[in-house]
Amino acid sequence: MKAFLILEDGTVFTGTSIGSTREIISEIVFNTSMTGYLEVLTDPSYAGQAVVMTYPLIGNYGICQEDMESLKPWPDGYIVRELSRIPSNFRSEDTIQHFLKENDIPGISGIDTRALTKILREKGTMNGMITTNEGFDLDDVISRMKNYEVTGVVKASTCKETFVLSGNGKKVALLDLGAKKNIAHSLHERGCEVTVYPALTKAEEILAANPDGIMLSNGPGDPKECTEIIAEIKKLYDSNVPIFAICLGHQLMALATGADTHKLKYGHRGGNHPVKDLETGRVYISSQNHGYVVDVDTMDPSVAVPAFVNVNDGTNEGLKYTNKNIFTVQYHPEACPGPQDSSYLFDRFLNMMEER
Amino acid sequence: MPKIQDIKKVLVLGSGPIIIGQAAEFDYAGTQACRSLREEGVEVVLLNSNPATIMTDKDIADKVYIEPLTVEVVEQLILKEQPDSVLPTLGGQAGLNLAMELEDSGFLKKHNVRLIGTTALTIKKAEDREMFKETMEKIGEPVAPSDIVENVEDGLRIAKEIGYPIVLRPAYTLGGSGGGIAENPAQCREILENGLRLSRVGQVLVERCISGWKEVEYEVMRDGAGNVITVCNMENLDPVGVHTGDSIVVAPSQTLGDKEYQMLRTSALKIISELGITGGCNVQYALHPDSFEYCVIEVNPRVSRSSALASKATGYPIAKVAAKIALGYTLDEIKNAVTKKTYASFEPMLDYCVVKMPRLPFDKFLSAKRTLGTQMKATGEVMSICTNFEGGLMKAIRSLEQHVDSLMSYDFTGLTDEELTETLHLVDDRRIWVIAEALRRGFSYESIHDITKIDVWFIDKLAILIEMEEALKKGPLTTELLKEAKRLEFPDTVISRLTGVSVEEIYDRRKENGITAAFKMVDTCAAEFAAETPYYYSCFGSENEAIQTSGRKKVLVLGSGPIRIGQGIEFDYCSVHSTWSFSKEGYETIIVNNNPETVSTDFDIADKLYFEPLTPEDVESIVDVEKPDGAVVQFGGQTAIKLTEALMKMGVPILGTAAEDVDAAEDRELFDKILEECEIPRPAGHTVFTAEEAKEAANKLGYPVLVRPSYVLGGQGMQIAISDQDVDEFIGIINQIAQEHPILVDKYIMGKEIEVDAVCDGEDILIPGIMEHIERAGVHSGDSISVYPAQSIDHEVKEKLVEYTRRLSRALHVKGMINIQFIVCGSDVYVIEVNPRSSRTVPYISKVTGIPIVPLATQVICGHSIKELGYEPGLQPEADYIAVKMPVFSFEKIRGADISLGPEMKSTGECLGIAKTFNEALYKAFAGAGIKLPKHKNMIITVKDSDKEEVVEIARRFQAQGYKIFSTSGTAKVLNDNGVKALMVRKLEQESPNLMDLILGHEIDLVIDTPPQGADRSKDGFIIRRNAIETGVTVLTSLDTAQALVTSMENKAKELTLIDIAKVKNV
Repeated sequence: MKAFLILEDGTVFTGTSIGSTREIISEIVFNTSMTGYLEVLTDPSYAGQAVVMTYPLIGNYGICQEDMESLKPWPDGYIVRELSRIPSNFRSEDTIQHFLKENDIPGISGIDTRALTKILREKGTMNGMITTNEGFDLDDVISRMKNYEVTGVVKASTCKETFVLSGNGKKVALLDLGAKKNIAHSLHERGCEVTVYPALTKAEEILAANPDGIMLSNGPGDPKECTEIIAEIKKLYDSNVPIFAICLGHQLMALATGADTHKLKYGHRGGNHPVKDLETGRVYISSQNHGYVVDVDTMDPSVAVPAFVNVNDGTNEGLKYTNKNIFTVQYHPEACPGPQDSSYLFDRFLNMMEER
Repeated sequence: MPKIQDIKKVLVLGSGPIIIGQAAEFDYAGTQACRSLREEGVEVVLLNSNPATIMTDKDIADKVYIEPLTVEVVEQLILKEQPDSVLPTLGGQAGLNLAMELEDSGFLKKHNVRLIGTTALTIKKAEDREMFKETMEKIGEPVAPSDIVENVEDGLRIAKEIGYPIVLRPAYTLGGSGGGIAENPAQCREILENGLRLSRVGQVLVERCISGWKEVEYEVMRDGAGNVITVCNMENLDPVGVHTGDSIVVAPSQTLGDKEYQMLRTSALKIISELGITGGCNVQYALHPDSFEYCVIEVNPRVSRSSALASKATGYPIAKVAAKIALGYTLDEIKNAVTKKTYASFEPMLDYCVVKMPRLPFDKFLSAKRTLGTQMKATGEVMSICTNFEGGLMKAIRSLEQHVDSLMSYDFTGLTDEELTETLHLVDDRRIWVIAEALRRGFSYESIHDITKIDVWFIDKLAILIEMEEALKKGPLTTELLKEAKRLEFPDTVISRLTGVSVEEIYDRRKENGITAAFKMVDTCAAEFAAETPYYYSCFGSENEAIQTSGRKKVLVLGSGPIRIGQGIEFDYCSVHSTWSFSKEGYETIIVNNNPETVSTDFDIADKLYFEPLTPEDVESIVDVEKPDGAVVQFGGQTAIKLTEALMKMGVPILGTAAEDVDAAEDRELFDKILEECEIPRPAGHTVFTAEEAKEAANKLGYPVLVRPSYVLGGQGMQIAISDQDVDEFIGIINQIAQEHPILVDKYIMGKEIEVDAVCDGEDILIPGIMEHIERAGVHSGDSISVYPAQSIDHEVKEKLVEYTRRLSRALHVKGMINIQFIVCGSDVYVIEVNPRSSRTVPYISKVTGIPIVPLATQVICGHSIKELGYEPGLQPEADYIAVKMPVFSFEKIRGADISLGPEMKSTGECLGIAKTFNEALYKAFAGAGIKLPKHKNMIITVKDSDKEEVVEIARRFQAQGYKIFSTSGTAKVLNDNGVKALMVRKLEQESPNLMDLILGHEIDLVIDTPPQGADRSKDGFIIRRNAIETGVTVLTSLDTAQALVTSMENKAKELTLIDIAKVKNV
């Protein structure tokens, strides 16, 4: 069946429908990872967005349940050049075609994803519609698209109830803002007992459990929308419990401590961005997925100083909080997908809890 | 300014002559690195014995020494030039081995010279099998269970412990020479004996056989600060068991999930960190197809064939970055030259699929085994880029230049299902075609996978191509079907063959429906950032990104495709220089080529690079977009010449010599007419079409005769026939290589072969020099030792040569280059071949005379006259130096190939000896070719009857050099009768100890064996030559070569004079 991807700027791509035939409007973003399509699909940070994979051959190794970063796929839509006809991998349990259908994710294949990526790069992230309705009215569609905003996505993607991954080591409270599974897993495999809290949990409740450390996870959407959570995070900041935050957690901590955030033209999504550790001068290749960034000039240096910077565009990639056991990063040390080069940050967090 | 400020003068080691396993990729890496070093103000001294390279140009390095790559030469050079550093990681295994020897002997330390780009410890950790294993164990990286052995008995014992099948790998050899898989003790013994001999350190690794696992490679980089990145990973379609150089390789990996991808990436980065490499490194893995188990197969701590491939596949210039790292820069300080926005400390992301296919030399060695194993056999490779794997494979296939254009190109329809199943077990260069036939017959993916171990993902892709063949056959050819066929990169010619619709109609229908190739950019970053480097590939069903630009006149420079015997790196040299010259003339330059190993496909050589197959349709797609003002075909060898007619049909003017004149030189009758008009004699001959006509012609001319197909390169299919029976056999072979052109039968004249390259502006000619071949006529010019200036011809002959060249150039209206081969017999001069294009000898003659021939030819093509360019027309004064060009062969790599020299070219590369005297030049040339004698001072001489008289003096001279001579009865008798002591040794079929035992006893330096001419070759001779070659013995099959060798030994100078050819100036 034919499918169409219509962009806010009026561009129309014609391809083949994959997954659900449901019509959706969403924010269109691109990801440059060459492997890890399932991890991308199941990363809750994509809630409210439709993802374009720039790598043209997707689905080659099928679906391996254990690689899922959450219980279900989150993007509103999925845009690819080509889906592999058969999957081939010893762990594969399903085809991506079936996976998309089963989870009611609409998508489009057979389009020039590079041309699409270039539009997003030049004009910035924009909204788009995926539809199988050949009789769409472009003007109508465009006006509907213009009204679309990514909203309420943290609430939608966080866990409903607190749960615990038991362990004998340090007790870590993980605030799930739309967390990828491997954050909890990375702590758990280091022996930590991880208690995962829903995003709207009160700081008092978390602190009452007397954790050795607090982990703020990644998550979707505009950080400034999360005003309630920011207020709670401020309390966590004041608590003196060691905190490590990733991505949205990093942005919320910055907002809680007086800095501002802004939306990048087209974000960073992929597994190849170099991040420089300003303390050591070392450069690490990172896994990235963010559309917003901390405006580092608005951060009071007596509160926090830049700890990591993106070598490509100089944007902030991490903060070290002054006189606090707090450090936060914009990128994803939990990888999945992407390079594992920064997994040492979890060790750093463990040391921080140890030294406290 | 280098980051490490006391690096001011660097000696760069090249890799020497092109051999299998060490080819053009090192010219590419070396050239890039030298330019990168000079950008930083470092003075570069270059040593490389290979004259056909761009890196040995005076524009590339400050001082250029085309001298043998031996320890003695490097030591002498270090004393002479006093560099503060040596950069050995760009010269392949040859460069590393040299560096190790210098380090081990303490020479570097003594003279205060440091190694940059690597350390001796790093090289040892990566290359010494035992240390490598220890290092891997230390960091917990798995390697296959193995042990190092230094003798056969230990090897057999270890093999038994590990369990068969086992893999044997000799330490410190190129392209896995001498290695192999043994299924049983007998095979194990055979491979061990050979491998122990070939290993520089006499060690062979005996290892668990992991054949059938997925083979995956990572190209990684590290800087002095410890930052590490991955440039690219690659997956071999052929599982472990086939050398990666002989495998079909795809980038990035296709069947690995992120978990597997990252697991191996992390491992590779751990390894490069532990080895402390500063620069690039290649790590090869075997990955179990049904688990996360993996083994590290090999680590190459230097740039390599794979790194060249990775550079071209991603756009990331590994060698350039490695050179900067060697000077102390860190990855985050080096700009990404493609995007000019990002830095070298990022990982390229591909939004396309790259397919590499090996170019194997079995078309040249019909008797050779086509089986592929752990020893590399490919002479070169092609790469293609597409948005899907199927299209990439189709493009790669048609880039190979071996009469293949689809999965239908080899016919296995004659096999029964059982035979086909049997054939699937054969691992050779036609395997994917066998699989294609199996798929056509409905063999299941699983059954094919069970036999071949090729991942079903790839098998499914082949099936998609087969299904398209069938859909096209079935028809009708709807627009949708045509669109899909083009998306899969079916050429119009193949679609036409399958559908019966004419190529013209397909073309028209494509145009009508907008089914045209679009060009996409290779930008290292999957379009995340705007890139400025115009490096393009084509695909269908996409938006075109190539932008027509500049307003300058545009010239299309057609490259020469994969490196193969007969068409080597020299044509890349010519293409690149021509491109640079057109650029200086104000043209916008566009290169089309498909060879990932070469300088021409570096992204900053031309204004635009199209990485595409060199077929008429592919070139036309580029022409449609670029609309060039002209195309130049005379620098890209036969590949480019073959496109002449197609380009003219597209309306692209051919710059330089006109197409009809190119034709006239190849068309026998036209050419004969021209020779007649010019009053130039040629050996009598006839053009024939059948064996009967050929025999009639041969008898009319009188045997011996030369039989060859017209329109070929490298003398392919050319043979000397001495009887009707030979003619029958040769015509049979010629017809096998799909000849559409007539066959030429010429009288064979035994004389001196002379070669001339000239530039002609339509009026005047410029001859930089006259070259003479050491071997008499009958040995292909590419396989002959060639001497400049000619040593044994007199003034009168010279005048004749010049005059004939002038007449021919004018008659053929040559504008640009011409290459003529003559035979001189007494004072008679015959023309045997004319090529109105650049030739193999151009780079070397340019370098020794200091005359920039290709730039001159290009300027002439652009309309300048020779006089205007400041040259006096005619033969140029002789240079101050004598140069000897020595062919280099790779026979030991190709099992079953006959090594005897003849009219068909067999050498893979060449080296040069330059000196003030002929003898020193000759000595250097032999040394450069790796012939370092004497060692044991034992030799075998066995010659055909007609050579027996002539061999006596040669034998006497070897004896005077202290050689003990062994001969079979006939030769021994002649020698002894003439007072040369020869020990009789039994023939092969006789009881032991015989000739074979002598060879296998490893005490023989040299075998001189001249095979009888014609098809009646003795089987014995063949076996002797093969065994000698495979045990590392030098074998000469021409008395002329033998005489040259003994001359060089007699005149071995105590100390060589090293010559900086950057200072050679034309007077």
